Amino acid sequence: MAFNIIVLAKQVPDTRNVGKDAMKADGTVNRAALAAIFNPEDLNALEQALRIKDQFPGTKITMLTMGPGRAAEILREGLFRGADDGVLLTDRAFAGADTLATSYALSMAVRKIGSYDIIISGRQAIDGDTAQVGPQIAEKLGIPQITYAEDIERVVHGRVRVKRRLEHGVEIVESPLPAVITVNGSAAPCRPRNAKLMLKYKHAKTITERQVEHIDYIDIYNSRPYLNLTEWSVADVDADPVQCGLSGSPTKVKKIENVVFQAKESKRLTDNDADIDELMRELIENHTIG
Amino acid sequence: MNNIFVYLEIEEGIVAEVSQELLTKGRSLANQLECELEAIAAGTNLATVEQQVLPYGVDKLHIFSDERLSPYTTLPHTSILVQLFKEEKPQICLMGATIIGRDLGPRVSSALGSGLTADCTSLEIGDHEEKKAGKTYKNLLYQIRPAFGGNIVAWIVNPDHRPQMATVREGVMKKEILDPYYKGEVIDHQVSDYVQEEDYVLTIIDRHIEKSKVNIKNSPIIVSGGYGVGSKENFELLYKLADVLGAEVGASRAAVDAGFAEHERQVGQTGVTVRPKVYIACGISGQIQHIAGMQESSIIISINNDPNAPINAIADYVITGEIERVIPKMIKHYKSNTK
Repeated sequence: MAFNIIVLAKQVPDTRNVGKDAMKADGTVNRAALAAIFNPEDLNALEQALRIKDQFPGTKITMLTMGPGRAAEILREGLFRGADDGVLLTDRAFAGADTLATSYALSMAVRKIGSYDIIISGRQAIDGDTAQVGPQIAEKLGIPQITYAEDIERVVHGRVRVKRRLEHGVEIVESPLPAVITVNGSAAPCRPRNAKLMLKYKHAKTITERQVEHIDYIDIYNSRPYLNLTEWSVADVDADPVQCGLSGSPTKVKKIENVVFQAKESKRLTDNDADIDELMRELIENHTIG
Repeated sequence: MNNIFVYLEIEEGIVAEVSQELLTKGRSLANQLECELEAIAAGTNLATVEQQVLPYGVDKLHIFSDERLSPYTTLPHTSILVQLFKEEKPQICLMGATIIGRDLGPRVSSALGSGLTADCTSLEIGDHEEKKAGKTYKNLLYQIRPAFGGNIVAWIVNPDHRPQMATVREGVMKKEILDPYYKGEVIDHQVSDYVQEEDYVLTIIDRHIEKSKVNIKNSPIIVSGGYGVGSKENFELLYKLADVLGAEVGASRAAVDAGFAEHERQVGQTGVTVRPKVYIACGISGQIQHIAGMQESSIIISINNDPNAPINAIADYVITGEIERVIPKMIKHYKSNTK
């Protein structure tokens, strides 16, 4: 038994490590100051896919991402860890997409890939934290979804058994395939890059990357087809441009605000005994504590 | 038609806190828009739902009672909402930003082609102008949410698609009974008119729900730790102080990510919003997304070795020092000066 798995991954700005220079004076985000990383929960998703491949040799893992040209880095990261193939969905027409337009575009790319048993992605991306794209793709493909997955326990007889992490407990569910599974950050971390695979896929590039970097060892890309990362536009996946990007997004950003908190006049204390005693006396006397 | 709908989350016949909070918010939005508030209950053991929710000012309660609707699975609940919304054409739909709401909301929004905004921290009604199209819209729902890891706040609108859908986390809105004798209509729907047999594809093999032992939301005093606490072992100090004060222990996202504390203790936009009498922030620098979840605390005490930690700006008391020195002194003073 072998499966076709599509792993959805996103390159995101590292919003967890926002330094002082990350915000411009006008309150907008200085994207250039933030590193672009593999969305953390998408790595958990990739690991779940790799475990299925470990168990069922012959399983094919295709990485699918949507983004600008440099998002091809994500595809290589996936190949370095054991994925088999990568598809970059990139087009100016995708710009400004909300979750619904994003899920439409990705679902069209999934249809173009054609055969799939399991689609796995992270629960959510750290730049938006919405957790919407996975379920929306499942709806668009008309297949079941399992969100908040912590462990894909087994895949057998066309069914998948998954442990889900709920707010106050766990749930084990079984669904027929194909299905979309979104993986929680509490799942097993992704294995590191594999040195052999890094050598093998170091020069895996999209056509645009090869043009930009003036790589013209055509014969290498001809003799080693696995080095060709697929790059698709709106037209390549037969998507309706109106349903993509800004025009396909029912939600509009009305405005963006910098976050300003009401500053208070603080009482400044040191950690010496007298200061702490005074503070505690005050809090006890006015019945704040005690 | 064109009313506000709240999807009720129900576990063992009890309507979740977050759903009650959304009913209160929904009622106030309905008053502003001069429309009705409707609620949807799908599951089993729904006999007391009516008593539980009508007092929040629910004008219509839609009941879908079937054993197979509980525990929740995605597709049957999606089918109910999608068809009911096609019939009723709500202008707004609110759900909890819980595991259920965040599973159901996007599926429904995709089926209806309507916009959904996750994890809103504020909902307001107002007008909107699309300058390029030269169109103005009256009385849209402003869905206000943190974005970009909580570093900015985005105001989202859905000009052309209905319902305008939003999810909200527990604790963000305040619940308030409107009238214990509020009169609302209860409509019992035939589930098979809404749900197809093939929607019941998912099998629940096993389910363990534990009542949460942690209740930071309702605790009057919270001792909260950040990445600056340094380790899980150092968090023990916070537990000791909390024990003495009768407080709960909270944590920042960074502390939870680092494994110092469990996820249910997380305070902030991606955790729980709290409004305690006293919030003692230990080694918390004060990322925006954290501050947004605790800034309404009555008294904020910040203990930090960095005198310029951003959280200090909103603190009533700033103690500059090491928590290892400060906390034992607080415990000692408290023990010797109270009964």
